[in-house]
Amino acid sequence: MANLRDHMGRPIVAVTGIGVVTSLGVGKADNWAALTSGKSGIHPITRFPVDHLNTRISGMVDFLDSSSKGASLLTYELAETAANEAVAESGLDSSDFGGPLFLASPPVELDWHDRFSLYNSDNKDAGAERLLRVARGLKELDIFETTQFGSIADRLADRFGTRGLPITLSTACASGATAIQLGVEAIRRGECDRALSIGADGSATAEALIRFSLLSALSTHNDIPEKASKPFSKDRDGFVLAEGSGALVLESLEAALARGASVLGILRGCGEKADDFHRTRSKPDGSPAIAAVRAALADAGLSEDEIDYVNAHGTSTPENDKMEHLSLSTVFGERIGSMPISSNKSMIGHTLSAAGAVEAAFSLMTMRESVIPPTINYDNPDPAIVLDVVPNKKRNAEVGTVLSNSFGFGGQNTCLVMAREPV
Amino acid sequence: MSSPRDVVITGIGLVSSLGEGPDAHWQKLAQPGLQPVLEPARFAPYTVHPLPEIDWNLQIAKRGDQRQMETWQRLGTYAAGLALDDAGIKGNDELCTTMDMVVAAGGGERDEAVDAAILAASESRNDRDVLLNEKLTTELRPTLFLAQLSNLLAGNISIVHKVTGSSRTFMGEEGAGVAAVETAAARIRSGQSTHILVGGAFQTEHSDMLLGYELAGYLHRGPWKPVWQRQGAEGGGLVSGSGGAFLVLEQREHATSRGRKIYAELGPVVSGRARRSRGELDAEIAALLKQAALPNGKLLAMSGASGAHTATSAEKAALDANPAISARGFATLTGHMKEAQFPFAVALAALAVDRKAAYPVFDAATEKSFEGVPQTVLATAIGYHQFEGMALVNAA
Repeated sequence: MANLRDHMGRPIVAVTGIGVVTSLGVGKADNWAALTSGKSGIHPITRFPVDHLNTRISGMVDFLDSSSKGASLLTYELAETAANEAVAESGLDSSDFGGPLFLASPPVELDWHDRFSLYNSDNKDAGAERLLRVARGLKELDIFETTQFGSIADRLADRFGTRGLPITLSTACASGATAIQLGVEAIRRGECDRALSIGADGSATAEALIRFSLLSALSTHNDIPEKASKPFSKDRDGFVLAEGSGALVLESLEAALARGASVLGILRGCGEKADDFHRTRSKPDGSPAIAAVRAALADAGLSEDEIDYVNAHGTSTPENDKMEHLSLSTVFGERIGSMPISSNKSMIGHTLSAAGAVEAAFSLMTMRESVIPPTINYDNPDPAIVLDVVPNKKRNAEVGTVLSNSFGFGGQNTCLVMAREPV
Repeated sequence: MSSPRDVVITGIGLVSSLGEGPDAHWQKLAQPGLQPVLEPARFAPYTVHPLPEIDWNLQIAKRGDQRQMETWQRLGTYAAGLALDDAGIKGNDELCTTMDMVVAAGGGERDEAVDAAILAASESRNDRDVLLNEKLTTELRPTLFLAQLSNLLAGNISIVHKVTGSSRTFMGEEGAGVAAVETAAARIRSGQSTHILVGGAFQTEHSDMLLGYELAGYLHRGPWKPVWQRQGAEGGGLVSGSGGAFLVLEQREHATSRGRKIYAELGPVVSGRARRSRGELDAEIAALLKQAALPNGKLLAMSGASGAHTATSAEKAALDANPAISARGFATLTGHMKEAQFPFAVALAALAVDRKAAYPVFDAATEKSFEGVPQTVLATAIGYHQFEGMALVNAA
């Protein structure tokens, strides 16, 4: 009989379903095959013209029906596709899930194409006054829905029959991890036996790209797109904007075993710590990220020595990779040089609100498959960052525990600890 | 019967057209026949309840920080500071660094001048995507992205007030405010947290904020009316207001051990998602009222009703059906504050409990008086479009 409670007497939280979509494809099988063969999903932007743009590459998901229909519809389809895979794998009813929904998704704004079409459907007065007048004459709710922050989750709740008020959240680039953390906490509190946690982001619009460009956050290595994302390399010059989704079905181990479900992994611990230093930069001593990692380890009841592999945040920005190295070497000490630490973002780019969920999905698969996906484009190591980044080629290895990091603008730091087996 | 893990309210930060702080709000709202502060001209044909004069320096000391935020973030950071001050937490490093935070956020305060110029140019250009690149790359302020971004209200609260235990931002209109309070309370009750800053803000004086309602025709037009009296008037019934509400929720034991004044105890917080297109709203409101387990006897209700026709008439019918309930539609006096609406309702409920008096009617034509001391007050937020929530607030 498995132990059903963790070191703090709380219900152990199992993963019974995993779904993922990235620029590498739909579903775990395609993604895993590409990821472990070191294939990049980064490609030239074709969704909109790239005139005047400094960055002309991305990891957009261009192969879904909604790929050209705006951020809101694409984010929904990404979330729905990943959740569908996860719920199907769990064996639970895909139209009557019966647990709460936690959705990490990007903030919404009226799409420029809608803004243009509303504005140009009339020619009286100008500016906002015209938009408002046209808006109140609309007969359909389609455009309205794309501007409501709760609408994507509302549709998903209908689609999957989740229970109660769905929570839509944003902790910037840590959002996906926060969605999982909220699910874990709800199960631990005994509010539910299962939760559906999704991170989805289909918001790679021209304006999003320009906004990040203006912050000098994006790589401009446009010439060979698949080489642009190069975490921990000396010549890294920014992240690559990307889209994707990850979904997990979380269940109390007790409920999962009781219904005979396959347990795919364990969500052992979550930790977070906010940074009060700056809107985009981390505190120079790395203390908030360090505290987040330590909080996740403590929550998981594991010591530093008991982490086998780190799925890095590894964005390929000069700042993140330096700070992540500092934080990890502070927590793990000398061992850091010999621990495998790889960045999925070298292949899929930075999926923003989805990243924490996508990377949790890949972390779980790393343990299940005993294969560590590489950090590709590691041709020019940064001498200041001495890490075993699993360079360029996958590695076969037994991995029993993973730490997955997510750090975001606004001082957001969230870390997850996952394990292959219950205690 | 109190328990050490009760959730109590030890700090309240409020801003609305009526002023700032719990005392100012109580003094105004306790006046019979108080008239709302209205701005009928600037956004005509829409009326809004505008922000009061605010000296941002009082809560956001550094000008540099103020410049990094658009008004919505400043407003929320300001209201959060009021709540932290009120709870005696501001400036206390130990309490701030261990304090959790859940913010209910919108966002999207765009640069209206840049947008208007792009729209104007779009009338004579067919290559609109190129136009967009051309204008946005040259005319957007680089700092604007973060200054209007949803999770950066929480980010700024961390930077300005040093609240760093954890930082989570919920989105989704009134439902975000409900979920924020509900989750915060659940974390305290389960021992996952000892003290949490929770709340939100809404800055309606921006065309995109009005557009967010008006794309579905939700805004009231024409002469202003109290929130319960807009059925049949021109427009959709909702009059918005700028404001913010933050609460410091604390484990009772934690609050008493540091000798803090307790405004009220936060009882059950319940939430739901009616599938309104299937006609489930009436049943959902009834179910929430049942789930909240209303006490026997007469009950004051601080209703967050927005004025939006369908939702407001459903809520009114449900509240009217219970003769023990005396409802106060506070949007009559503050306007609808979206993500901040539910935290605001809970704050007003806590104030009534703390002051041992009910508010006078806000609308003499439809609301009934409440005599005596309210021991328990109901707070509601039935979303103008989706999501529903309620809470009971009890005497400390």
